Amino acid sequence: MGGVATVELSCAELSVREVNAALRALPDGSVARVIAPRGLHNLAVGLTARIDITIAGNAGYYLAGLCDGPDVDVEGFVGWSVGENLMSGTVRVRGNASECAGASARGGLIVIEGDASSRAGISLKGGMIAIGGDVGHMSGFMAQAGTILIGGDAADSLGDSLYEAVIYVGGKIRSLGSDARVEELDAEDMRRVRELAAAAGFDHVIAEDVTKVASAKQLYNFDALKDQKY
Amino acid sequence: MCGITGLQLRNPSLYPQLGQLTVPMLDVLASRGPDSTGVAVYRHDAPPGQHKYSLCAPSAGYDWAGYVSALEGAAGVVPVEFRARGRDGVIVTSIGPDRGPELLTAIDPSVRLFGYGTAIEVYKDVGPAAEVCARYDVGSMGGYQAVGHTRMATESAVTTEHSHPFAVSSDLALVHNGSFSNYASVRRQLADRGVRFDTDNDSEVAARYIAMQMAGGADLAEALLLVMKTFDGFYTLLVAAERSIAIVRDSFACKPMVVAETDDYVAVGSEYVALAGLPGVEKARVFEPMPEEIYTWEA
Repeated sequence: MGGVATVELSCAELSVREVNAALRALPDGSVARVIAPRGLHNLAVGLTARIDITIAGNAGYYLAGLCDGPDVDVEGFVGWSVGENLMSGTVRVRGNASECAGASARGGLIVIEGDASSRAGISLKGGMIAIGGDVGHMSGFMAQAGTILIGGDAADSLGDSLYEAVIYVGGKIRSLGSDARVEELDAEDMRRVRELAAAAGFDHVIAEDVTKVASAKQLYNFDALKDQKY
Repeated sequence: MCGITGLQLRNPSLYPQLGQLTVPMLDVLASRGPDSTGVAVYRHDAPPGQHKYSLCAPSAGYDWAGYVSALEGAAGVVPVEFRARGRDGVIVTSIGPDRGPELLTAIDPSVRLFGYGTAIEVYKDVGPAAEVCARYDVGSMGGYQAVGHTRMATESAVTTEHSHPFAVSSDLALVHNGSFSNYASVRRQLADRGVRFDTDNDSEVAARYIAMQMAGGADLAEALLLVMKTFDGFYTLLVAAERSIAIVRDSFACKPMVVAETDDYVAVGSEYVALAGLPGVEKARVFEPMPEEIYTWEA
């Protein structure tokens, strides 16, 4: 680790607040390891320095939420809303993730090596999410900007009410949501998929074979006179 | 909110520790539901052919000896064993579920029957998990599976009777996180078919519905499939039968659930943090169950 000593913080000894305060006090270039995370919520949130953090085990809700800089690596599973509102930096989850992975992320990269549950990438605002396995229903719901790459299959209502975000799926799509449609892959798409798969370390994603899902843009403007039922 | 949790042991050497493992799971989930707490513990500790009836006393210091002799008299020459648990207790007897529930409640209508079967014991009361578990010494109980609930009441009153689990037929127990929106309609349909209710709670309707389907020949998974078709609302349900536990989540799946499986056990809980104290859980396969899929595990 280039001679940088690893700061070890144990959730068995410190409260979540104390762990987060200790992480926040670290300068750029620091390396930290959070042990015994025991599924605790709100670990490593709101950090702005360029530091490397390893979470040594399974974590709870909102892991690395609101972060703007650090690289966070989870050696396990995460609960709801990992990387929620991420601004920059990376979050890598070695196991599975619960619902709402990367919700509203504005920047940065969130990698889920396993499966992500429902509503992955909901309201994405510019970040990148790469999921190695499958995603649950309503993934990409109302995503405004950014990219979601799904290595496995997508459950029902993928990309419902999408705005400008784009979703690439390596496996099967059970169903598309309202106003989502499959579009032709062009060279630029394949470049994006290749880059994202490389950054995530996904060998199983073949850029030429993914399905692109984007907005059909029929819900962009509400037409008050259409189908006057009210 | 409400918290739900369950543990089914695959490694018999863990059976003596069932209660000891379950209490911390409930204690962590007290943050999701501090109003009342309940647990159904499954163990085959009654002699073959005997049934256990979990009874709740109307008040502390209840005359259980008098109750037992009245029962022995009413049932006719049937020996009855009483196992005291705090203020409440478990009756062990050969009286079967065909006439047991009616007979037992007729002895003293103020005594409430919280569950019955060959393996199940039900303990529930108002109060946070640590208090309620201590009241019944749940930590000392062995067994092969348990389901528990920490309640934050939304649909009906905070009383002992309104606490979960709802264990309304032999060895069946249901815990619920969520709220049903059409339960009054389903309740009327069941009432028309002769089903009687102990409370006005929405989750009891689901428990009675599942019991009715299973009495009609459905297995647990089939009964849960019918729950999905009949009930509207938000739910993550955890249901235990004599030899199985099962979960199902509504199509929206806004009520959480995490599953952790190892060679030694399958554990489920509203939040992973409730499972974090289990032995070897850091090596478990951990995932969130999908909506509208029925997951069952056999003991």
